[in-house]
Amino acid sequence: MLARISRRLAGLLATLLAASFVIFAAVYAAPGDPAVFLAGGRDKLTPEKLELVRAQYHLDEPLVVQYGRWLGDCLHFDLGRSFKYSDQVADLIVARFPTTLALVAYATVLFVVLGVGAGILAAVRRGTWIDSAVVGGTTLAASVPSFVSAIALAAVFGVQLGWFPVTGGGEGFTGTLHHLTLPALALALGALAIISRVTRQAMADAGAADHVEAARSSGIPEREIVRRHILRNALGPIVTMCGLVMAGMLAGTVVVETAFGISGIGSLLVGAINTHDFPVAQAVLLLMVTGYIVVTTLVDLVHPLLDPRVKEAAV
Amino acid sequence: MTAPTLAPTSAPALVKIPAARRSYGAILAGAVLGLVVLAALLAPLIAPYAPDAIDLSASLAGTTGDHLLGTDSSGQDLLSRVLYGARTSLVAPALLLAIAAVLGIALGTLAAWRGGWADTVVSRLTDVMYAFPGLLFTVLIIAVFGAGMTTSVLALGLAYTPTVAKYTRSVAIGERRKPYIDAYRVQGMGGLRICAFHLVPNLGRSVIGYLVVLFGEALMSLATLSYLGFGAQPPSSDWGLMVQEGQAAVVQGALLPALVPGIAIALVVVSFNVVGVRAADRLANGR
Repeated sequence: MLARISRRLAGLLATLLAASFVIFAAVYAAPGDPAVFLAGGRDKLTPEKLELVRAQYHLDEPLVVQYGRWLGDCLHFDLGRSFKYSDQVADLIVARFPTTLALVAYATVLFVVLGVGAGILAAVRRGTWIDSAVVGGTTLAASVPSFVSAIALAAVFGVQLGWFPVTGGGEGFTGTLHHLTLPALALALGALAIISRVTRQAMADAGAADHVEAARSSGIPEREIVRRHILRNALGPIVTMCGLVMAGMLAGTVVVETAFGISGIGSLLVGAINTHDFPVAQAVLLLMVTGYIVVTTLVDLVHPLLDPRVKEAAV
Repeated sequence: MTAPTLAPTSAPALVKIPAARRSYGAILAGAVLGLVVLAALLAPLIAPYAPDAIDLSASLAGTTGDHLLGTDSSGQDLLSRVLYGARTSLVAPALLLAIAAVLGIALGTLAAWRGGWADTVVSRLTDVMYAFPGLLFTVLIIAVFGAGMTTSVLALGLAYTPTVAKYTRSVAIGERRKPYIDAYRVQGMGGLRICAFHLVPNLGRSVIGYLVVLFGEALMSLATLSYLGFGAQPPSSDWGLMVQEGQAAVVQGALLPALVPGIAIALVVVSFNVVGVRAADRLANGR
């Protein structure tokens, strides 16, 4: 078990180092002088500003040393300065991250409840029209890009019916919930297909076991069998897939936050790229990639706790 | 511990349709795609207006006799724009998949054929790219080289390369073990020659089937980039860009400018997913 954890953590560290190096070294792939690029282009560029960039990024030193210093700075949450906002990048991110996290959390609740629910329904009513409706409907939902479903939701529930606001993040808990409902739904819709499909398949596999047949023949109510014998055994793959999808959602916020005008880190990234503010783009990308890798590793480590059979197999 | 942690969450498993519904759906989807291809080819002949003809007096007109699908805020005819937009929506994903196919097949075959260090290098590169969720790898490239359709197509082509390489590697490993490969080797044929003229052509069918399955997703990714302002630039009638431009009118109650291109994207992606799965089955089974 311990060997497994340390192997996973070593893998995590290696992937993080490689990915962060790609994000860092991307500056050197840009055409022209990296200092000018980091400062946001030639217009309104003063020698002092250029000097500041060179000092911040240690551009005179060898690449590996620069990368090491940059990584060290990032670990101390010194992410450089945004030359567009003339502000510390870290402050920009700290101000916006809670909104993005709330959005991801809300969307996760929605896709877990709706996706797993639909999957269970499809598994229990396997082969009926309900099953086909779940599979067909979620497949259709997965084929609609999130920005299109975002606008369709805003048009119907925001503009036509007026139930939810169509822009902004909202104040306070209920205000945030109210404002983030449509964005979270738009984010969750695309995930329903994969979650319900995994749930349906895992339930079908677990339901085929002999002990389920034994439970059924001993007269235990069907509801009880589904809950305690089938769902419990199917939980491993379901939780794993939910975790993986949630990890990927941090990247999905880029589109949904833009569509709903929410100022989170996703829309910060889009704005940074459109205004050539590379230090901000770099920091957001690093944060999103780190979050993604950490969550996927955690999911992998949690799996054996849910399903002791995996633990035995892994040793 | 078999499942790789960083497997893409957008697996092609998403698009499996139960067998009973396949034939119906496939015919319908095929018809939709046929119409879209026709629209792309015949756009200059059948479009009632030029895609960039501005007519401010007809701004945000609903469905009228003059404008069957209405107009956007600059009075551009939406039907004409959607018809012309079908061209970018079909050609650009095809281009990016062609790039991904050339690179991915080369890398995947190399990894499967040489094994050892080549395999390790390819799979480590793949791991690093999979560490970027969703479109973030593409977004990084666009952040460096600037927005635009060319950059987007090249960047997405690169981003899809590991997926194609992984698939090619898995089928190539099975193919490599077949006796005819040994037969060529015994005859003294070089590895490169065997790969280029015998191994890769024999993988062709299943790899092409896989690419068809990827087409819908590629189209969706490109439309998303254009929507964010990273891909096609005005005055292009790219569908993703049209949704972005039409979004402001939604608040004013005019839904057509955003929904017409949005529905066009969804319709084509669904159709490609339905047809893609069927095509992949047929091509892989050699029917």
